[in-house]
Order: sequence, then structure tokens, then C-alpha cells
Amino acid sequence: MSLLWLRFALGCYFIGLTYAFFALSRTSDLFSRIALHAASLGMVFHFVSLVELFLSGQVVWASVHNGESLLGFLSMTFFMIIYAIYKTTSPGVVVFPVVFFLTFVAAVDQQPVLLTTFVQHKGWLIAHIILIFTGYAALMLSFGASLLYLIQEGRLKAKKPSSLISFLPALEVIDQIGYRSLLLGFPFMTLGLITGSIVAMSAYGHVDFTDPKILLSVLMWVVYMIMVFTRWNSGWRGRRAAVLATFAFVAAIVAWAANYFSAIHRFAAS
Amino acid sequence: MRYQLIGVNHKSAPLEVRERLAIPEKRLPDCCRDLNAHPGIEEAMIISTCNRVELITHTVNGSADLRGFLHDHFQLKPEDLDPHLYEFREKDAVRHVFRVAASLDSMVVGEAQILGQVKEAYATARAVGAVRGQLDQLFSRAFAVAKRVRTETAVGSSSVSIASVAVELAKKIFGTLQGKNVFIVGAGKMSELAARHLMAHGCASIFVANRTYERAIGLAQRFNGQAIKFEDLYNSCDKADIVITSTGAPHAIFRREHGEQFLNRRKNKPMFFIDIAVPRDVAPEMAGLDGIFVYDIDDLQQAVAGHIADRRKEAELAEAIIAAEVEKFEARAHTLDVVPTIVSLQDHLETIRQAEIDRVRGRMGHITPEQEMAIEALTRGIINKVMHTPITTLKTAAKEAEATTVVDVVRRLFNLQVKKDQSHAANSEPAPKKSDVGTRQ
Repeated sequence: MSLLWLRFALGCYFIGLTYAFFALSRTSDLFSRIALHAASLGMVFHFVSLVELFLSGQVVWASVHNGESLLGFLSMTFFMIIYAIYKTTSPGVVVFPVVFFLTFVAAVDQQPVLLTTFVQHKGWLIAHIILIFTGYAALMLSFGASLLYLIQEGRLKAKKPSSLISFLPALEVIDQIGYRSLLLGFPFMTLGLITGSIVAMSAYGHVDFTDPKILLSVLMWVVYMIMVFTRWNSGWRGRRAAVLATFAFVAAIVAWAANYFSAIHRFAAS
Repeated sequence: MRYQLIGVNHKSAPLEVRERLAIPEKRLPDCCRDLNAHPGIEEAMIISTCNRVELITHTVNGSADLRGFLHDHFQLKPEDLDPHLYEFREKDAVRHVFRVAASLDSMVVGEAQILGQVKEAYATARAVGAVRGQLDQLFSRAFAVAKRVRTETAVGSSSVSIASVAVELAKKIFGTLQGKNVFIVGAGKMSELAARHLMAHGCASIFVANRTYERAIGLAQRFNGQAIKFEDLYNSCDKADIVITSTGAPHAIFRREHGEQFLNRRKNKPMFFIDIAVPRDVAPEMAGLDGIFVYDIDDLQQAVAGHIADRRKEAELAEAIIAAEVEKFEARAHTLDVVPTIVSLQDHLETIRQAEIDRVRGRMGHITPEQEMAIEALTRGIINKVMHTPITTLKTAAKEAEATTVVDVVRRLFNLQVKKDQSHAANSEPAPKKSDVGTRQ
């Protein structure tokens, strides 16, 4: 059942995905409203899917697909929070495709792939997953915001009057969205890494820094910290901030992919 | 549909002529009354704004001497006034009123003020009793059309003057202008205007720097701002989010290194330079810096032109809406024209029927209720059969130009007289709500 709901959610997110493709080239109030409603409906299905999964007792916290589904849901939650504050659907340009992709992967292939190693520390593990995923979602949003910032900056500098009537919010609003998600995500990411290390410590007795997963995660965290610091210290934004955000985002993806070749943070096929 | 309209506007008459025709608000009610009392006029209304003076009337026979009224009332010689006048009748008058209310006849097409002004003029004329059924009908429709144009086209959506374009751009950069600071470099008329617009949109404070310090003080005082010595320009400019510059300097006064300095001190918060000086005050390479946005006079004018082109496209759309609405209005007015005739025809025949029944009843002695009903049914049936063709003919004719002829023939055949207030009652629509009147949009 949970999978069925998830597939309904996927259908709704697909509308969001098409919106993301068209939004940059043309402005349509109607379309953005439709996308927003579809996304909200998708979130309801998604939520039901997650709840059912949880209630069914078959929840496997460390399953890759459940993780992806959760991450997608958290990202949508962030998107909705931003919509509630700033009344703009424009971050959807980035959020919708990513969420669609995550949900798609989770919905089509449900052979649970498991993190087998340390199921005995369940509490810490759950905390680790939720924290780090919230961090991921915030990072993704911040990355999306910096891309939008670049687009809007480019339009303003190109001085084409027609492009000024665009769906993008004001430059400073985009900047705020990016900065706030960045600030919000940082503690989650940090705590997520700490809880992760606790789980690893208790499982192995030490943290192996040469493991690709851990190395990349730490690298991502360092870039993240640099971003927060430069922003706070010298107000980096625009191109430089976008480069850093892209870097952190890529690091996050690689760190995620490292699950497949890490010795300790491995998902094993059941 | 015996509407007749005469007037001048910014296109037909120079300011000197419009000035002499302009009617101060205080005198408008009297003027409306005078016009309404003019021979041949049933209803009257006057719109007087800085761009137009128009007399809109509903006449007794379709042609009243409105020119004569203008000549007498304003004591103007015909040769001074007549070349500037335009005059519309019937359908053309309806179209003109619709266009004026929808702001298609305005100097700045799409500006919202005119609708409010028309509504005020309407309220004034209505208050003195110069507007009744016919003009009521025309203007309630005109307001509805104006609203339709506003909602269905983007004709009123984009701003046009340079100052308002500057505000719009600033909003695209900063979102809200609340709490933003403005720096004026070089006190000039244009920069003052732009600053005034920005302040009206919530900018917090203003700094003014000028080569002549006294002028800076003067301007700063007008805005409750702060005057800055020109030597301190580079040290204090980073306080501002928006810089409006219009000095007469032969070379650029803001160069790349200044921009870098400002950004450094501002922690890279964006800055918006509005450069309305010729030659330019801001070096072009400044725009290459992240977070600095420079718009010079050409860029601004281009943005304005873009808006105007957009509006022209939208205006075409609006004209199409108006053309359709005029047709609708005309068709409706014609239908309403025949309604009083139909009503009086029915009344006329009903009176005859009643009189005949009364006359015969005396002679018939006692009749049973059944017989009474049979007589009712018989006479009513005859009358309905007789009336059927003329009424259908009238209704069909209403949609065509021959309506008045057919109405005339029917009236003469049956010797009908339509009472004046009856025609009003049949023609008027419910008056718009009070709150609609006189509000500016």
C-alpha cells in the first residue's frame, strides 16, 4: 500500500517537474498555481505513504529507498515553508526535479537495499538519518537559490526590459532564501555527522577517516562551513556563493553515492 | 441612443485652450445644471480634468447645440474654439465614453486615475439630478467595461515614467524598499523626482551630495535628509543602497575601484546606481562587479519604451473589447427603445377590452361565473392574437437600424403616447452602489 501512495505522489510531482522545465522560459500564474496544488497533493500522498510504512512495522530505516523517499518529503517540506514565507514557487525549479528523481527511484524499485552493519543502535541511527537528510534538503534548497540568484542577476544586468517581468522574486529575497536555508541546514548537517560518528564509534570502536564515505562527508561539511563563514564574514553571494554551493552540493551527491563503495556505510542487498 | 458628446482633450487642443475650458470642482454642479437646462438636452454630465473637458448629454432629438453652450458659457469666440473640438453622436459617443473610462484615450494609456475622475464627475452630475436613466445606463456600462479592460488586458499593469521604472527596478533588486537608503549625487530636477518616487515607496533616508554644498543642504531639507560634503562622497556613499547620480562632471566620478571599495565595506550587499547624467557619471566597467547594478539614462528610457510597446499591444486588445461592448450596448439600447411602445400597446388594447366588456355587461343581464370566464377568455384571446404580430415585428426591428421607423408607425397606427417617466422606468438599470462612485482605483 505504501508503495501505491508513493506512486500517486510521484504522479503529482510530475506536474511539478513539467512546471520546472517551463518556468524559466515563460511566466504563467495559472501554471504555478497548478504546480503548487499538485505538489501539495503529492505531499499528502507522500506523507500517507511514509506513515503507512512506519505503521506496517516493516520500516527499515536504513533502506536506501525509504531514505530517498524521506529526503524527498523533507525537501518538499522546505519548499512549502519557503512558499509560506515568501509566496514564491520559483525554488521549485530546482526542488521539483530533485524530489521527482528521489521519489521516482524510491517508487519504482523497492527491493530493499539495507545498511546492514549497525542495526543495533537504532535510536542514534534514526537521529542520524533524519538530521543528515534535513541538512541535505536545506543544502539543496540553498544550491537552488544560488542558481536562481545567478539567473536573476544576469537578467538585471542584461537590462532587457521584457525579462524584468519574470516569475523570479527580487534578488534580495532569493538571497535571503538561500542564506536562511544555509544557516538552518548547517546545525542539522553538523549534528547529523556527529550522531553518525557516534553510531560508527559504537559499532567499530573508531572512525576510519580513510573510508570514502566518511572522507567525502567531512569534505562536504567543510565546504558547507566555508560557505556559512564567507557569507557571514564578507557577505559572499552571487557567483562566488554559487560556485561554493555547487561544490557542496556535488560533494553531497558524491558522499551519497559513496554508500555504494564504502566499507562501513554500505547498503547490502537483502 | 440619442447621445451627443463634445469636448477637447490633450490631443485635440493645446494647454492654453484646455485651461480656458477647465471647470473648477466647485463650479461643476452649477455648470451641470446649466447644461441640463440648455434647450434640447434631457440629461447632462461634464468631465473636467487637466487633460480633457467633455460634455456628455442625452438629447431630445439627437442634435443639440452644444457648441453654442460652450461659446456662451465660456465666452469664447467660435473661431478660437471650434478647430479644437471633437463631437461624437450615438454609437461613436458611446465608444468614446468607453474608451475614456478604460483609460485608452489618456495621455499615458492605462493610467488608473481617469476612471476615478469619471466616477467623480458622474457622482456630481447625478447629485444635481442631471444624470437619470440614459446616462446612468451609459456610465454604469462604461465602468463595467473599464473594469473588464483592466482585468482582461495588461494595459494598466506596467509603469511608464523614468522615475517609476527606476522604482520598479529597485524593487526587482531589493524586494521591498522599506529601510533602504538613497544617495543623491548632484541636485537636479530629475534626480529629485526619482528620489521622491523612491521615498514614496518606503525608502528610509536620503543623503545629498552636491558640488555647491548649499544646494545639497536645500535639497536635503526638503526630504528631511542629510547633506554630505562632496569631498566625503566616496567615504559615505556605501551607506546607500540606491545611488542617483546626475552631476555635470565631464568624466565618470564612480569608477571600478570605488565600486570595489563600496562592496568591501558593505559586505557585498548589492548597490543600485541610477545614472541620469550625460556624459555618464558611472564608468561602464562598474557594471562588471558582482552586486553592482548600473542603469544609465538610455537603459531607463529603453525600459520605458519597452513598457510603452507592451501597452500598445495590450491597448489593441482593449480596443477589441470595447468594440464588442459598444455593439452589445447598442443592441440592448435598441431593444429597450421598443419596450415602452410594447407596454403602451398592451395597455391601450387592454383598456379597450375592459371598456367594451363593461359596456356589454349592462345589456346582458345576469351572467353566470362560467359565462364571465368564457367572455374573459374570448376577448383576451382575440387581443393576444391581434397583438402578436406587431410585438414580434417590434422586437425584430429593435435589432436593426429601422427600429425608430417601426416604432413611429406602430405608435401612429394605434395613436399611442408614451409617457416620459414611463420610458425612463423601462430604460434605467439599477443605479450603481454608492461605494462605487467617486472611488479611485
